[in-house]
Amino acid sequence: MIRYEVLQNIAPLLRDHLVVCNIGIPSQELHAIDDQPSNFYMLGTMGLASSIGLGLALSQPKTVIAIDGDGSVLTNLGTLPTIANNPAGNFILLIVDNGSYGSTGDQPTYTGKKTSLAKMAEAAGCDRVVECQAEDTGTVLQAAIEAGEMTIIVCKCQSGNVKMPVITMDPVVIRDRFMAAVQA
Amino acid sequence: MSIDTRIVDDLVANDIRFVTTVPCKQLAGVIAEIDARDEIYHIPSNKEDEGMGLCAGAFMGGKRPAIIMQNTAIGVTINALATLIQYYRMPLPMIISYRGELREPIACQVEMAVHTKALLAQLHIPTYHFHHQSDVEELDLILKHCFMSSKPVAVLTDANFWGGY
Repeated sequence: MIRYEVLQNIAPLLRDHLVVCNIGIPSQELHAIDDQPSNFYMLGTMGLASSIGLGLALSQPKTVIAIDGDGSVLTNLGTLPTIANNPAGNFILLIVDNGSYGSTGDQPTYTGKKTSLAKMAEAAGCDRVVECQAEDTGTVLQAAIEAGEMTIIVCKCQSGNVKMPVITMDPVVIRDRFMAAVQA
Repeated sequence: MSIDTRIVDDLVANDIRFVTTVPCKQLAGVIAEIDARDEIYHIPSNKEDEGMGLCAGAFMGGKRPAIIMQNTAIGVTINALATLIQYYRMPLPMIISYRGELREPIACQVEMAVHTKALLAQLHIPTYHFHHQSDVEELDLILKHCFMSSKPVAVLTDANFWGGY
């Protein structure tokens, strides 16, 4: 199962919550599968989806799901201790871990080799870390939403992308409609 | 009133409720003051671009953010400033210790100081330089300007402003 299929499976769960989606192909895929005003698409700034999601979760009560990638988390590893030490019960970090930099040509990342992001999150102090296979992501995500406890999900899936159009929506429009969804 | 209290009073008076910090010796008093205030959620960052992500999220969640950092951070935040804060048009007050200016004892700090204003100018970021303690009088207006314009704004505070180092 590749990321696109994971996103297809969990789209019905995502649409009722605030979603911060990682730069590049993940945002393009989510946008194509189920565009919602409650989706914040990152068009730049690789690595900051988890940070944006945490800041958002700490500032308002709705559930926030940040969809990140293994490569992006590796560029911003400092995020894990910050998340661990600033727990927000309404925050879920879903790391789609396909062991590759999907948006740049599927070059391998270290998580496909010796590195475990789940263990790194635990070592950073995150209390609720769940590693799952791609097929189980929906069940694990639903449980995390219901738990109301900050959860890091590491979803192990296969490398690969589905060709989707680039998002041409103006960034200020993305931000404005997202903020309206936050306030709604 | 100490300069640290004065600065944090201005942040609070401008409804800033979410502040991320990466430390600098010059900023130690301000950071301690921020940490002591119940009105402000203080979240230390491990790196300044991470802090800008946190601030972007807080802003979209309805809280006014600010970041406290050293000028060396300009070197690691240009992408976050250009493609997140500016691209999505978000306000972000940046209270920056301006290391490498007059009264700086560490030569290496000068190497980033000489690029600081040029980089901020290249990014078209409104920039204010506090050199004397009385310059703090402008902080309240600068913060209002930042949120009015929805732009990142830099306040460079040098060693002379902090009373020597």
